[in-house]
Amino acid sequence: MADFVFYTFALLTLGSALAVVLNKDAVNAALCLLLSLVGLAGLFVLLDAALLAFVLLLVYAGAVVALFLFIIMLLDTTPGAQKPFGKLSAAAAVLGGALLVVGAHTVGINTPATTGAAHAVPTLKNYAEMLFTTYLLPVQIVGFMLLIAMLGVIVLSKKFATTEAAK
Amino acid sequence: MNPAGLETYIALSALLFAIGFFGVLLRKNTLVIYMCLELMLLASTLALVAFSKFQRTLDGAVFVFFILTIAAAEVAVGLAIIVALFRKRHSVHVDDLNLLKH
Repeated sequence: MADFVFYTFALLTLGSALAVVLNKDAVNAALCLLLSLVGLAGLFVLLDAALLAFVLLLVYAGAVVALFLFIIMLLDTTPGAQKPFGKLSAAAAVLGGALLVVGAHTVGINTPATTGAAHAVPTLKNYAEMLFTTYLLPVQIVGFMLLIAMLGVIVLSKKFATTEAAK
Repeated sequence: MNPAGLETYIALSALLFAIGFFGVLLRKNTLVIYMCLELMLLASTLALVAFSKFQRTLDGAVFVFFILTIAAAEVAVGLAIIVALFRKRHSVHVDDLNLLKH
């Protein structure tokens, strides 16, 4: 049963990721990205990280994909009129992807599993404890980065009076 | 509970990363390129969660929080840049954004 669930989610993730790349319409690509996220959240649940799956769906499906859809519809780009890509680059893509998978597979085989402390249960309490003790400095840096990103977006999207006058 | 081993998850993550990578290389639409960038980030989170689970530590899963935060900030800034470029050039095609080439 769990086997079937795993393969379903893996196929969903990979198939819709491929659809993101191959789709001509950007709106369809964004919706396929959403589907891929759902598959990935299922894989996270299988890996005993249900909290991360919820956060992934909240942040990505709720915020990122919605933002993408807003921007795509705001810019109103015409779909089609461009070919997906040529035969040579497609062949190179398949070859390079196969090489990458073989390499990563080797790494996965050569990594010894289950050698850590056995007490690390992925509960919200344990996550919070790690975030506010071991990783306190990264948390603060990330918060500061979010602030900088917000300021950057405001500066980028604001129309300044001087540049308007210069035109 | 877990049907697949670590190497299966790593291979899956590598495949997802490869798909995103070649999407970035091959596609011409800037917005789709950003989506493929997101796919690559997601592949790395899958690898982190898998390693974290099979090593029985929580560090990998905690890193996923940071990746999600950075990805959200990156998307906001990137889309703002795309909108600014679109205002100037009226296109999101990378072939039209070749000012530095000339």
